[in-house]
Amino acid sequence: MSATTTAGSVPGPAKDASVARRLGRRRHRTNLIIEALCVIATVIGLLLLASILLTLLWRGAAGLGLHIFTTTTKPPGSHGGLLNAIVGTLIQTGIATLLGTPIGLMVGTYLAEYGGGGALANTVRFVSDVLLSAPSILIGLFIYQLAVEPFGGFSGIAGCLALAVIVIPIVVRTTEDMLRLIPTALREAAAGLGAPKWKVITLICYRAALDGIVTGVLLAVARIAGETAPLLFTSLGNLNWSTSLREPMSSLPVTIYQYAGSAFEDWVQLAWVGALLITIGVLALNVVARFALRRS
Amino acid sequence: MRLAMLTLLAAGLVAAQQANAQTQITGAGSTFAQPIYQKWGEAARPTTNISLNYQAIGSGAGINQINNRTVDFGASDMPVKGADLAAHKLMQFPTVIGGVDIIVNIPGVKPNELKLTGAILADIYLGKITHWNDKQITAINPGLKLPHTAIAPVHRADGSGTTFVFTDYLGMQSDEWKSKVGSSTSVAWPVGAGAKGSDGVAATVKQIQGGIGYDESAYAATNHLTTALLKNKAGQFVAPTMAAFEAAAASADWGAVQNFAIDLNDEPGAASWPIESATFVLLPTDPKDANQSGAVKKFFDWGFAHGDDIARSLLYIPLPASVHTAIRAAWQKEVPGTM
Amino acid sequence: MQQAATIAGLASGRRRTAIGDPIFAALARVAGVFVLLLLGSLILSLFIGGLPAFRAFGAGFLTSTAWDPVHQAFGAAVSVYGTLITSILALIFAVPLAFGIAFYLTELAPAWLRRPIGTAIELLAAVPSIIYGMWGFFVIVPIMSQYIEPWIISLFDGSIEFTLAGMDIQFPEVPILEDLFSGPPFGTGLATAAMILAVMVIPFIAATMRDVFDTVPAVYKESAYGVGCTTWEVMRSIVLPYTRVSVVGGIMLGLGRALGETMAVTFVIGNADRISSSLFSSGNTIASIVALEFPESPAGSLKLASLLALGFILFVISFIVLAISRYLLRPKLKV
Repeated sequence: MSATTTAGSVPGPAKDASVARRLGRRRHRTNLIIEALCVIATVIGLLLLASILLTLLWRGAAGLGLHIFTTTTKPPGSHGGLLNAIVGTLIQTGIATLLGTPIGLMVGTYLAEYGGGGALANTVRFVSDVLLSAPSILIGLFIYQLAVEPFGGFSGIAGCLALAVIVIPIVVRTTEDMLRLIPTALREAAAGLGAPKWKVITLICYRAALDGIVTGVLLAVARIAGETAPLLFTSLGNLNWSTSLREPMSSLPVTIYQYAGSAFEDWVQLAWVGALLITIGVLALNVVARFALRRS
Repeated sequence: MRLAMLTLLAAGLVAAQQANAQTQITGAGSTFAQPIYQKWGEAARPTTNISLNYQAIGSGAGINQINNRTVDFGASDMPVKGADLAAHKLMQFPTVIGGVDIIVNIPGVKPNELKLTGAILADIYLGKITHWNDKQITAINPGLKLPHTAIAPVHRADGSGTTFVFTDYLGMQSDEWKSKVGSSTSVAWPVGAGAKGSDGVAATVKQIQGGIGYDESAYAATNHLTTALLKNKAGQFVAPTMAAFEAAAASADWGAVQNFAIDLNDEPGAASWPIESATFVLLPTDPKDANQSGAVKKFFDWGFAHGDDIARSLLYIPLPASVHTAIRAAWQKEVPGTM
Repeated sequence: MQQAATIAGLASGRRRTAIGDPIFAALARVAGVFVLLLLGSLILSLFIGGLPAFRAFGAGFLTSTAWDPVHQAFGAAVSVYGTLITSILALIFAVPLAFGIAFYLTELAPAWLRRPIGTAIELLAAVPSIIYGMWGFFVIVPIMSQYIEPWIISLFDGSIEFTLAGMDIQFPEVPILEDLFSGPPFGTGLATAAMILAVMVIPFIAATMRDVFDTVPAVYKESAYGVGCTTWEVMRSIVLPYTRVSVVGGIMLGLGRALGETMAVTFVIGNADRISSSLFSSGNTIASIVALEFPESPAGSLKLASLLALGFILFVISFIVLAISRYLLRPKLKV
């Protein structure tokens, strides 16, 4: 078979050189249009992010000041700050992470090391993913039924429980992924030295996967720091200074939610400042987590 | 994690400093009354040694909390029915009065220019009057040039005491509204869009031509919204000013109601503003801790005695002195605990 | 002597660590079962909480469009309609944009740009939803109310007319589209809520698409380029068919996320308890009605039970969507 063809002996558009050229130009043009559209789509995505950040900066930066961090929330017109909201978020996020991470770690370990492909493990994996994507307001309703209504009052600990339920599946997913990445050779070496399985996992695997697990925990913290809906029906919010877990506890997202729709200019301004603070915190955590992940 | 620990430690220290020899009272409910109770709480603390912890979770939730006795007092914009008060062993008293303004956004119409009546308002929110140059509206506004713009009614999306006051007034002005929609903190609005918070209602009305909405008078005044005149029971078109609010409060017949459950909508009097309401506090008549009850009474007693100026600065109307006396007498009779 | 001591030491050591393994394994298994119990009790609590409403209204609860707190009549139809419409509309907006971004990041962007842009798009996913709500209400709603909605409404209701070169041109009233885009341009409403949801969902879908496009073996793409395909033709004829199932799985994942969004929607949906034909009208989603009406619901009331029943329905819908998505994405999971 000859390697060269001449126009006229090949079927299709190629048999007519001008048709072939027009087809080629049309395909080229379609390609350019689609590529341009994709660039536009990406630009739109970036513009949206820029718009959000700029709006936050423009509206929130005006209200920033040291008093935000040193005064508690006060009635309108009294130059209040956001101290108790910030502290409340730190406390609830911290306790939720402390509660949720060990559980998530154990479940992730179970899925990676003990369960394998069994029916129970598959079910647990599926359930964990459902919890991961479940609407957070339903988790708030659930904890309300469990920890608020029977005790007749809203409390900080109920808020912590709701957030912990959100932390667990995130940590499960990252732990399982990270543990699976560890080469079997490492495990076999440890087992060869006589270490029992639980020591292999805790002393070798956890240490090797530490960076990834920490990333997962950081991402979970970033996620729950910004959650409002689960806290609306559990820890409720508290405009006074309170660090008691048995009382309603303030948090930044809920305070923002209450202030943003209020009737007072200074409260609305504080809502924007709070929004700016939370976004900076969450985005910073995300960036740190991703760089940590890349380093490992 | 370490940062959280340090913060916890610091928080504990600060908390320890602040919790010294003060009685803490807790209250929950109305968002409408939140600013005044917060301000009173701040101002009363030095002299009364009482620290107020008030959660503005809405009237309905506030009633829940006091029924369950998880707080020392509940706050509601809707008065609770006598039968319910007796069943839950509660005593009810009003604290301050607030007005509700009507805000509009019609090109060419300035604040306090447009005249409206309660019946027209009800028809607008029922969807029966749809354009600003409807005959009913132009008939009472002869000097105004009203465009053919569609009316865009705005209401509160979240449950709110302000909605209760407004729908209660509409129910008084229109039988159809009363039977079809009724009045509550949250109703099935026939037409219009909702906006979250008083801020949301004002912002939505401001940005849509032909918009109309209702907002607390404090909010409308401080944000210079375009308010409308309303026809009151005496047939006069009044503007929503402090004087009009006080006139309505003054002509109220407190003696005619049980449990202070006054309805201040559509009060007689040539200068009265037709949409206003008292906000109520609920106290248990069988408190778990009589000292806490005493502290609550002491706090509100301070508010009645010294809090009038604060109330006015936030554009609430203080109760008449005679009502204060009646409330103190009722406390003496019904609620244990020394002030 | 030393040997005996070492052996004795080893033996006792083995006895000590012999119980470590079963304990640890049991702990892990218990944790797994705990997660199962967590989800089970969540479903159960929502169902039990909503039971009074189901009992009071029966199966009609699902189809009733009533939501009247004064007359104590509640139904799920309005919220379910709003939830489905906003989520599906959000997907219609989001999928083309997400696809464009994924295509750009995998094929078109220069290598040095990929990481920064990829990170920026992922940061969109990290922004808390209450921020989206505030941004949506203060930035998007005025634009919709003053420019976009009036223009679209006038496009279909026959009100645009002008003269061009001596001829009177009047845009006709388009029957179905006119109803779809009617009503006062409040700026809030179902369409705006769908747009905000779209912005929230784009990063999820784009990330899944990106991961999945990268798994196509290079040899397929290279052979297509070898016969002279353009970049778009490679995407259309090679990459998309190869990853079709996973792409749909990623879209379903985005749908699952959009269904449950609360804070972003609450600010802009307008909370109206009725179904209207116009996309610019106010509405409700299950998440938004629960957030807005829960605080004013007395404990033990029919309204509270109805809200919990709505929560249960939302969970069932999300569960089904997530199950489908996970099934479609299954081959790509690192099992």
